[in-house]
Amino acid sequence: MRGCSSVSEAEKAPSPALSRTLSRLRARVFPSPTPVDSPAPLAGEGRGERARRRQQDLTKWAITTPPFVFLTAFFLLPFLLVVAASFRYPGEFGGLAPLLPLLGAPGKDVGLTLETYRFFFGDLTYAEIFIRSFLVAGLTTLICILLAYPVALLIARSPKKRRDLMVLLVILPFASNLLIRVYAWIIILGPLNLLYTPYAVVIGMVYVHLPFMVLPLYTNLEKHDPALLEAAQDLGANGWTRFWRITFPLSLPGIFSGSALVFIPVLGMFAIPELLGGTGDILVGNLIKEQFLDNRDWPLGSMLSIMLTLAVLALAGLAAWAARSRRGEA
Amino acid sequence: MALLEIQGVTRRYGDLVAVDDVSFSVESGEFFTLLGPSGCGKTTLLRMIAGFEDPDRGRILLDGKDLAGTPPEKRPVHTVFQSYALFPHMTVRDNIAFPLRMAKKSEEEVRQRLQETLDQVHLADKSRHYPHELSGGQKQRVALARGLVNKPRLLLLDEPLGALDAKLRERMQLELIGLQRDVGVTFVFVTHAQQEALALSDRIGVMNEGRVEQLDEPSRIYGFPRNRFVADFIGDINLLESEVLEANPAHLKLQVAGLGEIAAPPTAGIKPGDKGALALRPEQLRIAPHGSPQELKNHFPGTVLDFLYLGDVTVYKVALPNGVVMDALLANSAPGRAKFFETGDAVEMAWRHDAGLFLRE
Repeated sequence: MRGCSSVSEAEKAPSPALSRTLSRLRARVFPSPTPVDSPAPLAGEGRGERARRRQQDLTKWAITTPPFVFLTAFFLLPFLLVVAASFRYPGEFGGLAPLLPLLGAPGKDVGLTLETYRFFFGDLTYAEIFIRSFLVAGLTTLICILLAYPVALLIARSPKKRRDLMVLLVILPFASNLLIRVYAWIIILGPLNLLYTPYAVVIGMVYVHLPFMVLPLYTNLEKHDPALLEAAQDLGANGWTRFWRITFPLSLPGIFSGSALVFIPVLGMFAIPELLGGTGDILVGNLIKEQFLDNRDWPLGSMLSIMLTLAVLALAGLAAWAARSRRGEA
Repeated sequence: MALLEIQGVTRRYGDLVAVDDVSFSVESGEFFTLLGPSGCGKTTLLRMIAGFEDPDRGRILLDGKDLAGTPPEKRPVHTVFQSYALFPHMTVRDNIAFPLRMAKKSEEEVRQRLQETLDQVHLADKSRHYPHELSGGQKQRVALARGLVNKPRLLLLDEPLGALDAKLRERMQLELIGLQRDVGVTFVFVTHAQQEALALSDRIGVMNEGRVEQLDEPSRIYGFPRNRFVADFIGDINLLESEVLEANPAHLKLQVAGLGEIAAPPTAGIKPGDKGALALRPEQLRIAPHGSPQELKNHFPGTVLDFLYLGDVTVYKVALPNGVVMDALLANSAPGRAKFFETGDAVEMAWRHDAGLFLRE
């Protein structure tokens, strides 16, 4: 977007000579038998233009409608259902209690309520689990950055022919099922006396999410112009300085997108804490899953999902604000 | 002592000899240009001076000190890259201050040098902009400023004007000359554009296939090319294949197949029987309507095959009786006169007996 600004400027303001040539050309292509100031040919041209624009609009609609419908039906509506569910009572055998006291179901918990929210803010255990989850996600993200950066750099600086193979190796673990890979970690961590500890949870999280950090970082680093590093070296920067002054700041967008791809899924991940962690290592993901599958308390689970979404959004907003104010300072 | 000395430098890539036993020296304060077609080794030579590549043989001396083993960041040599290589995440100011910060100059000195340099390249009002917000010419000036700000012993310029359009190129050429004069830094400039080289340089080294073919002042390179390659590469030239009939200190008499005898200026070391070509610049040829009286000895009838109207001048392609086509250039200085001849016109082509240069095979 940034890089295109000069092009669009040039398009917006054609030189007088160019526009003169263009109008002369147009006059030759559409010779008007009537005097130039006659409105008839102009109107005809306008109609053609309008038809073309209508055609373009139609194409735009045809292309954007399917994904729009899909996202509305399978993302927005379910999300609204979750929001609605969080204000209701749990059903006796799972699901939700009826909204209206119907015949044959004279339960007392009927209608809308703020019960789940009161529950959430009244019990510090939830805050504790949320904070722990964010800490685990943050730590996982940090370790992923530290581990992925050298790998991504190595791939990006390798000969072009070898890069595809290396990327393939990075995504190869996806070829086998997540649970199988996590069970493999049970076998590895068991003898090391790390199984069912918070360490095991973080190790598992890092292992599963590492490719999501490597790929965006590699995509970013691969685009760097090698001439920039040569210029920096030429102007007196040694290897370390070149990395911190050129490579690293230019890779920040890659780090950000990689972090988003790691941080957010880790918050919702329940399989790894369940299989590798101890009883005290429950994360938000486990908590939510428990409400739906074990406790049959859909409203509570829904409320927790919403809280998680809000927390992530708040964090993302904070990050965006911080990035913007930093750029403003510079 | 020369500032930069290149002594027998050779660089190979596998079987390809990119730079082949090149030797020359550059004086302090000089605007020196390496000119040649792409692949002639000029950029490789530049990269060796900058330190990005090492010579396989030979030495590169700066102020009499061998640069071998000194990495690029330790050489008092800066480069202006063809792509400019401006740091996209830094403002104009930070880009230009980069070499000063690398040299650990005091904040006070950084500020002062920055202001000076920004003024020199007329970018004071753009100092807070990012490179993507600048035009091509402005980017070019930032790259120049960044290369010059820390006063290197030597500034290397790798086709820095290549990406600019013709008009801007001309303006930047003038700015470049002015800037070099102001700061007094020695420039080593690499280009494949012969006009640029002629316009800018104190001296030019013409390179071909890894070797320096001729090293001289621009007017000598243009007027007295040493061989066919230089004659052909610099400007436009007509080559008349000929054999020497008579050689004396005053003039040469040449035999041109299908055309007869012509007179040419003498060159040292030419003997009768030598084969070669008489090189004539288009502006040295005169054409007149057929049958007009001729006072010059070298004159031949010809036919206009074609002409190129270039505004200020018109280039006429004239076929001589032996089938050779010569380019002759006529200035359109008379008001309203765009051309003097039409395609198919019979003309008389002539040139002075002391025009041209005989180049031996």
